[in-house]
Amino acid sequence: MRTLMTGDEAIARGAYEAGVVFAAAYPGTPSTEILENLAHYPEIYSEWSPNEKVALEGAIGASIAGGRAIASMKHVGLNVAADPLFTFAYTGVNGGTVIITADEPGQYSSQNEQDNRNYAKAAKIPMLEPSDSQECLDMTKLAFDISEQFDTPVLIRMTTRVCHSKSPVITGERPEVTLKPYERKGNKYVCVPAVAKKLRVNIESRTAKLKEFSEKCIYNKAEYNAESNIGVISSGISYYYAKEVFGSGVSHLKLAMTWPLPLDLIKDFCDRMEKIYIIEENDPYLEEAVRALGFKPLGKDIFPPYDEMTPDTIRKSLFGETLPTISADTEVVINRPPTLCAGCPHRGFFYEIAKRKNVMISGDIGCYTLGMAPPYNAMDSTICMGASLSIGHGAQRVFDMTDRGTRVVSVLGDSTFFHTGMNSLLNVAYNQSNTINVILDNRITGMTGHQDNPGSGYTASGESAPMIKIEDVAKAFGFRNIRVVNPNDLQQVSDVLDELLALDEPSVLITRWPCALKKFSPEDKMEFAGAYTDKFAVDQDTCIGCKLCMKAGCPALSFDTKAKKAAISRTQCLGCSVCAQVCPKDAIKKEVRQNG
Amino acid sequence: MAKSVLLVGVGGQGTILASKLLTTGLLEAGYEVKMSEIHGMSQRGGSVSSQVRYGEEVFSPVIELGGADILVSFELMEAMRWIEYLKPDGQIIVNNYKIPPMPVVMGECEYPEDIPERLCALAQTTIVDAAAIANDLGNPRVMNVVLLGTIIKAMGLTQIDWERIITQNVKPAFVDINIEAIKAGMNAVN
Repeated sequence: MRTLMTGDEAIARGAYEAGVVFAAAYPGTPSTEILENLAHYPEIYSEWSPNEKVALEGAIGASIAGGRAIASMKHVGLNVAADPLFTFAYTGVNGGTVIITADEPGQYSSQNEQDNRNYAKAAKIPMLEPSDSQECLDMTKLAFDISEQFDTPVLIRMTTRVCHSKSPVITGERPEVTLKPYERKGNKYVCVPAVAKKLRVNIESRTAKLKEFSEKCIYNKAEYNAESNIGVISSGISYYYAKEVFGSGVSHLKLAMTWPLPLDLIKDFCDRMEKIYIIEENDPYLEEAVRALGFKPLGKDIFPPYDEMTPDTIRKSLFGETLPTISADTEVVINRPPTLCAGCPHRGFFYEIAKRKNVMISGDIGCYTLGMAPPYNAMDSTICMGASLSIGHGAQRVFDMTDRGTRVVSVLGDSTFFHTGMNSLLNVAYNQSNTINVILDNRITGMTGHQDNPGSGYTASGESAPMIKIEDVAKAFGFRNIRVVNPNDLQQVSDVLDELLALDEPSVLITRWPCALKKFSPEDKMEFAGAYTDKFAVDQDTCIGCKLCMKAGCPALSFDTKAKKAAISRTQCLGCSVCAQVCPKDAIKKEVRQNG
Repeated sequence: MAKSVLLVGVGGQGTILASKLLTTGLLEAGYEVKMSEIHGMSQRGGSVSSQVRYGEEVFSPVIELGGADILVSFELMEAMRWIEYLKPDGQIIVNNYKIPPMPVVMGECEYPEDIPERLCALAQTTIVDAAAIANDLGNPRVMNVVLLGTIIKAMGLTQIDWERIITQNVKPAFVDINIEAIKAGMNAVN
């Protein structure tokens, strides 16, 4: 039966059908749903790891022990996991192992745009690029076979549109799974230089065999049109974009195994063409290979090397215009920037920190990056996961060389803290920069849609787990100044900021309140009893129209410019009370409950 | 030729469920179907879209500029934002419903009052009071399925057994009201 699946769901299904026994990931758009779906299969041990490096290392261990393993991550996650990746390429596998990299051309939810096909080439690991959900399923199974046949990890490169687009899939069954026998093999898995030097040499013959495989791989396929001497080369989702624009009136070379490339197949295709277009997102990866074969294709000289290569972008590059459109005066359209949700526990912290002068706010990756937006405008930098505390540390050291007295407040979320922020906090503890290190503990991984983490008390499959407390970690690192506050209590936040800014040594501030969208665990219900049950309203007679409440930046609040009064949307209000604390006239009041 | 349905709105309005039901029905009716959505940061109160393409053969899951046969907007201003994706002879179905963006909420600018007139001047436009219809049915949240009903009517897909699709994909307690909602939506367009 055909069912509609996203690419992420199909990867998970493919892993299931390939007999995977171990799966690990750290959530990251657009890869998150792969592990979420894997965790639904009771036959597969699935875990959220603290970060991508840990996830891949878990998968390597599972492979060495004899099980098929998968690790999935977003493109920047592979940077974190790059260290084990490059040496795993040397050791090869016992149980087949596949690593999914989900790239983001267009940067919908990412801090950069990077083309991870380059990792396959750099690490000498075979790479597959599916174009739709059926290929995601089929190529995942193929990837495990390649992994075991050629004794190598295999990379699958997805992109946002492959991950999050749905298309029909025909599923298969999971075979009887037998683990491979384990035996100690120091000359394979212990990469001391003497071993690694030999393994390095072996990679060359493995690559030669993989190239032969790539030449015959059924997913690398040429579709010839005898009437045309125009050839289009593409891979991944770009193949469908190219088909949309060029149709079947030209010849297509669809590449699916993009390292090692089937250079003979490519040469044969190009030899028959007068004109060659290369349609690929981001880097001129295929283009450079085609040029190295001596051809002169049209690629990044006409198509942009950034963003998505959607059909309209291809048309614009080729013909100078898109399909005819309705031209409208879009000046009336007002931007709808993402905002902190109504009730978001980050609001109280950003409202207070925004008022402070002469502070540098070192930010991080998560919902709280929205602290950079109006009305808070409270962020000076955001680079990568876990970086806030270490960047803040470096900045404070240089600020200390001036007489300006600038203080650094570094801020990140609980999941980001566990990801790589812990190492950064350790550096602050060790090298003692006079920074205020804030962990916004909303009890869950928020931005990616509520995945559990070491602090949440649950595993990926919903089992109860030890709940790691951030203040205990900070205490173990030796911090003497650790404060835990309720971020919805503005006075408390303000007082503790005063106190910590007055110190001459590093401090840790934990704001602890659950995400407004989180499904409360039994532990949350106990600790945060009554949270999100109140409603607030503006007393129209008392409101003086000063708009100070607007500085809270809550989407449940609005201002009627004619009546000059604020109002609260009752359906949106979650009762955090931040706006009521901001109001200078006490015009915002909690509704009295009808039924106790 | 593949048909393209562009559903747009604001994060949280239920475009995802509407497009899920639509694509499930289309697949069961034997069409090739592709659907594309963007998840992630943009969903925190931001502008969202679900792009559905169906036909005998579908290549790109993404609708290009000037490529949509129908633009179904769950919110007034979102229809203006996405109008360039509509074919010049395409049609608009728009929910007569406003969600003020943050600059309006902050009192920095006014929500334009003349969007329905502007839309009508640009393309064949049907304005649907889906919120009012959903309220009359007794649950404002089924606004999305009312709008799904309008798509089904406008795209000539009424022959598909939508009652069964809803029964199989919606929680039992909400099946009846969603069936009423889809019918109300079908009746809201000519």
